[in-house]
Amino acid sequence: MDRRVDLIEAEDVLLFANAAITSTGQREFRDSAERQRLSLEFLHAYVHGNYPDVYAAMLALDVNEHNAALIIFNLLRERTPADGELIARRLARMSPARVYRLFRRLRDAGVNNRRTRAIIRDWLAARPDLAHDAVKYRSGLKAAVRHAHLRLGGELADFLFAPHRRRRYAHPLLEAWRRAHYDKTAVYELPYTVAEGFAARHGIPRAEFLERIAPRLTALESLRLRESAAAHGVDTAADLARMPLVRLAAYALSRPVGERRALEPALRAAAARVAGSGAGRWGHVVAVLDDSFSSYGSPTKRRRPLAVALACHYLLEALASAYAGLWLSGATDPIAVRPVGPTPLGRRILDALALRPDRLLIVSDGWDNAPPGLAAEVLRVWRSRFDPAAEVEIVHLNPVYDAEEFEVRRLSPVVPTVGIRDPEDLPALVELAQFAQGRTGLSTLRAYLRERAAAR
Amino acid sequence: MIDLTGLITRPAQTWGALRLVPLVRPEPIRDLRLSPIVYGDEPSVVTLPDKSVYIAYIPHAFVASWTGDGAPAAAYGTQFERRPAQAITVRVHRRMARRVDTNRVRFLPLHLALEGYLALHFGGPAIAWAEWTRRAVSRGLSPRVEAAYRGEAIPDLEEALRVFEIHPGQCGLLLYAGDALAAAFVVPHPEDYRVLHPTLIHDLYGELVYHYARLYPARDRPVAIDETRIGSLGHLRDEVARLEREWAEFHDTVMAADLLRSPHHEQVVYRMGRYTLRRFLPSFDRHRENHIGEYITDESGRLAYLKTFRLSESQVRRGRLLTRLAAHDWHLPATAAALGVTVDELARRLDRAGFGHLLRPEILSAYRANPSPSV
Repeated sequence: MDRRVDLIEAEDVLLFANAAITSTGQREFRDSAERQRLSLEFLHAYVHGNYPDVYAAMLALDVNEHNAALIIFNLLRERTPADGELIARRLARMSPARVYRLFRRLRDAGVNNRRTRAIIRDWLAARPDLAHDAVKYRSGLKAAVRHAHLRLGGELADFLFAPHRRRRYAHPLLEAWRRAHYDKTAVYELPYTVAEGFAARHGIPRAEFLERIAPRLTALESLRLRESAAAHGVDTAADLARMPLVRLAAYALSRPVGERRALEPALRAAAARVAGSGAGRWGHVVAVLDDSFSSYGSPTKRRRPLAVALACHYLLEALASAYAGLWLSGATDPIAVRPVGPTPLGRRILDALALRPDRLLIVSDGWDNAPPGLAAEVLRVWRSRFDPAAEVEIVHLNPVYDAEEFEVRRLSPVVPTVGIRDPEDLPALVELAQFAQGRTGLSTLRAYLRERAAAR
Repeated sequence: MIDLTGLITRPAQTWGALRLVPLVRPEPIRDLRLSPIVYGDEPSVVTLPDKSVYIAYIPHAFVASWTGDGAPAAAYGTQFERRPAQAITVRVHRRMARRVDTNRVRFLPLHLALEGYLALHFGGPAIAWAEWTRRAVSRGLSPRVEAAYRGEAIPDLEEALRVFEIHPGQCGLLLYAGDALAAAFVVPHPEDYRVLHPTLIHDLYGELVYHYARLYPARDRPVAIDETRIGSLGHLRDEVARLEREWAEFHDTVMAADLLRSPHHEQVVYRMGRYTLRRFLPSFDRHRENHIGEYITDESGRLAYLKTFRLSESQVRRGRLLTRLAAHDWHLPATAAALGVTVDELARRLDRAGFGHLLRPEILSAYRANPSPSV
């Protein structure tokens, strides 16, 4: 095959990988939700049409759930030959709410081939407790069961399709749901989202409800409700150190600076957990972290880019043997960062290179504007004059998908850019960055994807 | 001449055809502060001291607070007024700049300058030459009307202001549309700027800005470093600093040059302690930018506040015709001679500029029959 075509194809695929890792079809700082969605859907159609095998293999990468669901939907709708095992494994990792949403979307689109039904059947069979799903995702499960022509045995079928047929359920959760209609105490045996509806119906005061439902909260619910519960004098007992790193960072950023300091140990603990065995192995690392105004994100992704940068800061601190994080605003206290000011990336990269690191990571949306294009020039001069052998590994991580360019915004052709959504994938992303240099062909990339798919 | 000393030009940010150039003040002015008063969407009427009336859509006013002894002044709290929207109410203001309290004056941004432009030779012919109608002699140019675009109507402006990343210490902004200077805005203190930045969307913009904002997208100024001259990282750093200085110099001497030279005719509107509020009119020259505006300077001429409005070509033409006429005591043949055209041509120009109703057609037809001057 022509070498050039091979390179271009690899670029197409990486472009899509970056988009699928980053974009969630939600509003960004500079793009509306509509533009993001349109742009993303075009990319999906383009890659699916041109590289159907790679399109399915993307599920092995850390593409976000929004895109994973979209990929699976397209694969099933177009009956693309794809590894069913890969789809099943990805579905198993996804949050159930999103899977049920995907199933409903398949139903709405009239996608009901044999493979689709088998996938729904197998996924439901693998659920640890279908009765819990029946209560928490009632309409979702109902739609999936109907759509896949499944026969649920015994009381579960009655619960979904004829709830008044039985006087009593044997499963405690189903029974609690039945009793919760008239019995206030039964409400607290249900999952939080379901119990909340019953609490409203019974007129239970919010403080009392939160107090008693607290043990039933999931980890993320306990974090989300922490503040509103504290206003009612209730502690949701969120185990902060066990939270996903970026969620914790976003939560910390949502609090006033005075309160953030108490969250620092939890952030460090979460970072250490993510780093795992890689801790301290990355050598001398310097990071340039973007806290310009654009890192505010949008009202729907509030402070997301900044949270990613903050999470990267703590994770790199754990991974590196020596570490320095340089914020664009010049902030020295990472926990107190605020999204404000311009993006003088060029000057900060210069400061970072002066520290002579082994690795330089740049976490930014790539809108270098003070002055525009300086970062690219600094990197180019650095590579051509001071480091032609690329001894300092430089990677640009971009948390924002640019709908107009159909990719994450690049800083410079000499530095690979990869999308990032969850800093927990950071080590894998830095690995992926070696393909983003424009030197690797599609075949090598295919082999990498196969390897990743097999590793899981 | 406007003096930008004390304000440093920082790299521009672009969005669509718009280019926004931030001005940073390393040493903010503390004894003069500005704050907005937001009015509703109703039209406003301003009664002026000379008994004439100015009617316009005025979305907000500024309040300037100052201290006489140089101690820091506090920005006056923002006031929001809400009114039911069933009926259009008309808000009546007295004077363009009015003292609301000791050491506090309320003025209507841009309208101050715009009214100065509208009132240009508003009185009409001073001598009742035969060419002018009786109405022109007795009532002057009244009513004199000019149209402008609201910021909301300018394509991309809202988005450009939203995504603009305010620099630390920023006290001003120059707005370019299609690389033509559209408006300049300078305030005394960075905190005032933060509060007033969103009010730029409510401002008035000339016709030219409206059209130029639809043109080709503005390009970032390319940064190019000659790597053969770079020996060390320190060199690279110096080179970066030099590039930034170069941009600031280029901007101030080329891109904003016409703005800084714009004030031709100035008028003191209000004195507040060591500060003076002035409005200015341009020279109405052809082939250059003509900005009207108002500004506040301290006793040494240091700029504390500036707001300008770019006149469109037709507005410049009207301004030029009126100033030329006034310079020749509204005598048509003398003005025509000064402009190097025939009286007939001058009359046609006046007609195209919207002043045709001031001239008596029967006298003009005599000129058309006999082009030689009658006086």
